[in-house]
Amino acid sequence: MAALYEGYTLCGLVQAQNQSDSGIQGIESERDSDHVVVTDSTRSVTLYKVSDQKPLGSWTVKQGQTLTCSAVYNSHTKEYVAVSDNKVIRVWKEEDIILDKAFKATVSSDVWRVHSVPGGEPVVLFQRGAVRLLDSLLSAPQQPVEEVLAQEEAIRWSTTVIAEAAQFVIFQTEQKGDHFLYLQRPNLNAVQRYRLEREEPGLSPLSFSASYRDKHINLLYLYPNGHVYQSVVSVRGPGMEEEAQALPLPRNLLFALPVGEGLLGAASALALDEAHVAVVGVPHPSAGAGKDFLCIWNTNFQTLQAGKEMSGKIYGQLWSYSSKLFIPHGKSLSVIPYECPKSSLASALGKLRQARTEGEMRKIHTNNNTEIKRTAPVEEVQREVEGLLSRSDIQELQPSVGQLASSLVSRSVADPAFYTPGTLAQLVHTQCLCHSVCPDLLLLALERKDYFLCQLCLQLFPDVPEAVTCACLKTFIRCSEKLSIVVVDAQGAVLPTVFFQHGLEVLQTAYSDTFLLPHLKDLSSQQVILFLQYLQFLYLRYSQDTFTQTHGLRSPTLTQIMDWVCLLLDAHFTVLVMTPEAKGLLLNLHRFVKSQVRLFSELGKIEGSLEELQKIKVKKEVGQYSIEVIELF
Amino acid sequence: MGEFKVHRVRFFDYMPSAIRAMAFNSRTERLALSRADGALEVFNFADSYFQEKVIPGQDGRAVEALCWVRGRLFSAGLNGEITEYDLENLRPKYTMEAYGGPVWTICSNSQGTHLAIGCEDGTVKIFEVLEETIRFQRNLDRQKGRIISLSWHPSGALIAAGMMDMIKVFNAESGHATHRLLVERGVGASKSREVVVWSVAFLSDHTIISGDSAGKVQVWDGVTGTLVRTHLVTKWDVLALSVSRDESSLLAGTSEGTVVQFQFISSTVDQHDKEWVRTRTFKNHTHDVRALAHTDTAVVSGGMDTQLVVRPLLEKVEKNTQESALRKIAFPHRSLVSCGKKAGMLLFQFHGHLELWRLGESDGHGKPGDSLPVKRKPEKLIQLKRKGDDHICCSALSPCGGWLAYSTISSVRLYRLQYNGSNISITKVAKLPKVLRSAHQLCFSSDSSKLFASTTHSSVIIIALSQSECKYLHTLRPKSGTRQPVHLMSASEDGKWLATANSDCEIHVYSLHKLKLHCTVPVYSSCPTAMAIHPTTSNLVMVHADQQIFEYSLVQKEYTEWSRKLQKQGLHHLWLARDTPITHLTFNPRNPAHIIMHDTYMFCIIDQNLPLPDQKTLFYNQMTLRSLPEPERTSHSHSFKICKTFQHLLCVSLLEDHSLVVVERPLLDIASQLPAPVRQKKFAT
Repeated sequence: MAALYEGYTLCGLVQAQNQSDSGIQGIESERDSDHVVVTDSTRSVTLYKVSDQKPLGSWTVKQGQTLTCSAVYNSHTKEYVAVSDNKVIRVWKEEDIILDKAFKATVSSDVWRVHSVPGGEPVVLFQRGAVRLLDSLLSAPQQPVEEVLAQEEAIRWSTTVIAEAAQFVIFQTEQKGDHFLYLQRPNLNAVQRYRLEREEPGLSPLSFSASYRDKHINLLYLYPNGHVYQSVVSVRGPGMEEEAQALPLPRNLLFALPVGEGLLGAASALALDEAHVAVVGVPHPSAGAGKDFLCIWNTNFQTLQAGKEMSGKIYGQLWSYSSKLFIPHGKSLSVIPYECPKSSLASALGKLRQARTEGEMRKIHTNNNTEIKRTAPVEEVQREVEGLLSRSDIQELQPSVGQLASSLVSRSVADPAFYTPGTLAQLVHTQCLCHSVCPDLLLLALERKDYFLCQLCLQLFPDVPEAVTCACLKTFIRCSEKLSIVVVDAQGAVLPTVFFQHGLEVLQTAYSDTFLLPHLKDLSSQQVILFLQYLQFLYLRYSQDTFTQTHGLRSPTLTQIMDWVCLLLDAHFTVLVMTPEAKGLLLNLHRFVKSQVRLFSELGKIEGSLEELQKIKVKKEVGQYSIEVIELF
Repeated sequence: MGEFKVHRVRFFDYMPSAIRAMAFNSRTERLALSRADGALEVFNFADSYFQEKVIPGQDGRAVEALCWVRGRLFSAGLNGEITEYDLENLRPKYTMEAYGGPVWTICSNSQGTHLAIGCEDGTVKIFEVLEETIRFQRNLDRQKGRIISLSWHPSGALIAAGMMDMIKVFNAESGHATHRLLVERGVGASKSREVVVWSVAFLSDHTIISGDSAGKVQVWDGVTGTLVRTHLVTKWDVLALSVSRDESSLLAGTSEGTVVQFQFISSTVDQHDKEWVRTRTFKNHTHDVRALAHTDTAVVSGGMDTQLVVRPLLEKVEKNTQESALRKIAFPHRSLVSCGKKAGMLLFQFHGHLELWRLGESDGHGKPGDSLPVKRKPEKLIQLKRKGDDHICCSALSPCGGWLAYSTISSVRLYRLQYNGSNISITKVAKLPKVLRSAHQLCFSSDSSKLFASTTHSSVIIIALSQSECKYLHTLRPKSGTRQPVHLMSASEDGKWLATANSDCEIHVYSLHKLKLHCTVPVYSSCPTAMAIHPTTSNLVMVHADQQIFEYSLVQKEYTEWSRKLQKQGLHHLWLARDTPITHLTFNPRNPAHIIMHDTYMFCIIDQNLPLPDQKTLFYNQMTLRSLPEPERTSHSHSFKICKTFQHLLCVSLLEDHSLVVVERPLLDIASQLPAPVRQKKFAT
């Protein structure tokens, strides 16, 4: 589980006139993981030792000059490079005290940025899209610089990435609402140009981040509507010929962040590793409005991993160097260390406790003697467990509860005579257990036909695998086939009560379609019909009255029922069509669904109309005549 | 500025009449339009679309088609007559029976020498246009079935006639039909119904374009008589067509309220063959578009929904200018309400009758925003039906509420009103001086002792009123020799002055003591739309169609200091961007620096003591001022106090007790009284 640790302030922000600007132009890594160079938006560059929160040096250009790109550190030469007033490239060393006395060269075209990464050479990206290696540029500063971009096309963002020992300059441009992405290798002069798919009209990406993984450059970009897209570009992509059409850049929606009402203003998303994204300026899904958070999201499981409230205004800027996030907010620049361990589903769901904690717990509960669990009779085990569970700090005992359950289950598996349903149910009830901790528990309950425990596990375990869910389902259906206790639904169909009781829980477990589908296919056609009958029964009941409250049971939602119907039809459609017994059921279902669709389309219309109503300002009814008092100012 | 008690009046059920026909004179930039009640209006497109002239209608006169011949205006109607209008005296000049039954259409050749009319009996009749009149020349070959639409070929040698199920092409010289173009009927149920060719257009390249009741716009080759192309544009009727002067664009108006544009262009870039391609659809009407005009820069349309719409073609005008804005002209550009200020009475002018109302009363006090309890309801005192066939062209109520006068083109009637609070008696003044035959404008002096009536050549007849008799006093005549009618007249509160304005943009001020012309205000290029003389300073304030405001001192005979300052600084661009003219102007006796004026969408009190707004000032600043604490308001306020609370205004006036009267007629109320359109958008579909 990713975590954000306690942060600290690196420096205060000198507020620019413009309130929406943090006053920081850029932050670049320096010699090691503990040094950064901070360029402010006007005239100065400051070197910080991060852990000491201390400036080591600062350089300022003369009054009247402006730094137009953030200073970078060239690790080969131990020099800093910056650009002032768009055209003047300045290079200096740490020993140089007065910046004006250091080297400077004027180039023939406006510079957008200078980029430098460890292991690469500094490259200069011009505003019109040309790229030069710094060395070759400085050898002839006045060399002509070609125009790569079309008219009205302007760079919005750029970076450089080292991939397969080659350096890439990546930059994104905008031209009349269209967005393009360029990949350029400065020493090869090869350009790849891609066109970004259009988002909703008028929306431009708020932030970009690029990284190199598995022979591909991964781009992550955030739109004001909260959509985060990922595009993968091969570094060995086709070089672009002159005037060739820009290729469309395939993208996939990583996730749609909840943005609340309206659009995001200043926000930024930064890829931390293949599974984690740091996001700032997006509302925390469970915090109130008006609060700004720095969040880490897991992209694989789309879960929020960590969040930290940022006091003061957020400027939508975010940098990350060596496991530290740099974020300007309010009146300060904060450094927030983070950690993104390799993720698993359990950790993504927050169910995996950290090993460290478990170790400590073990030390505390040395009295948990394994002897009892292995050999003691049922009653003694029960007493022992009750003793444990009566403790007030039960939540702290989570690891030992897991251990206890595991050992009880393994003993039961090994010894057919041993089974402690009450104790196991009690353990499940603590909610300290999950399926991953004790994977055999649910299967054991199924085997022992302890449907109550099954139900309990299905209800309380957040991580029941689809295969197990399906196994439960099959068992429930099978046993209801054998038993002939039935209820008769409104349409005269006969439904077994056993299933009625247990099936509800199955419908409410979490699952993923893709994983569940293959298991569902194992059901026999008779089982499918029965299950479908049951689902239809539920659906009918739901559509007719407030079924939810009537049985004192936890009931699935209408959507859950519908999802199961869809899945079941999906898995067995051909079989059902071929089965004569299913025909009536399917026709019935179709008729009902059709009427529902019609109903919903009518509801849609009403909704549209009512929505219009809401838009209409409540106007005062004016009659044929009135005498009113007005005031003019 | 202060609080006002406002009588908000919505009981004037003014209902404009549907637009029936239109003709645009591109030389003079005048648009003539006729309405279903027979009234004719002339708009000056060169002067902010000002409604320059109105010729009242007449019972039984239905104008089906209009036609300009140079500066002369002709109409024809289903009463079987051709009428030429006297645009100086705002009345028909003469009417001529065509002897062909109802006349459906009239059009002139491009040379302006001949008129052709299409009659119910199947004849096309050609009239020669003479100096003072027109003369029947001959009939073209008579056809079976009525002639609905006509169009001359620009050469003048051929005439295309739209009929039932067909179009015929005539040789104008020989009178013989040379081609018969069969128009296909609609499909389905309408197959059995004859198709009506509502409109035809004959272009110089011998292309004939027709619009018909089956919803088609068809392009024909007039040389071979073959159909080139059919565009189905509506399920209902295509009622009107209009071609641009350069014949590159064509408009078709439909029963659905849409106007469809076609352009003569090459359908592909490299192709040189041009064809008529459907390009745009404008939907600015809810009902039938009966009349269309294609000016060089705009689509002008009108129909059942009574509004005249000018929709600029954006490629022809500069974007984001006033010229590029859509204009809807819903109300006449003159006042239909006269206010008896002292009596608290309102006189409403309809074309067929007058209504006299007494306003209600309230003794309550309230804070701004409140509605006061109405102690006494308003009351309709009199509904006076006009006599004769001619519609009312102007009316006036004396400030004391004791006199009422109206005029048609044939007579002036004056009534004495006696009202004692519960009973009203009305007596017609029997013997009016003979000189008073008709009036373009009527107005009473503020003490109700005189009636002023403007007649031919901008002259004004003064009648002295007394209990016992009414006597002709004098006729005031301008020295300019103008032949134009007066459209504005205003007498000063002190009885010293009378100002008149005419369509030549002249403003004459007469001294009523000396009974002679006092001065003529320097002529400004735009027509005045409202004016009034200040009760104490004797300054004449004028507002023009281009929204300019002037103040002229009658004593000094020069523009006042304030007026010069206003001209020097220029009016705020938002003031100039308004698209309805100021139609009434009055003063506040309590505060001599206040001028009250209104257009359709707002009323405004100009405080001459406050600084004028410059271009950067927030012009509509009432909301801002309201939110500011009292002491800060002064620093933010400027001279234009604009109130948009009341809308679609027909009159704003100040009563003697300092309460305001606003007469509203919401356009929605007018729309709700229209018949159902052919296609109505269903709620939420």
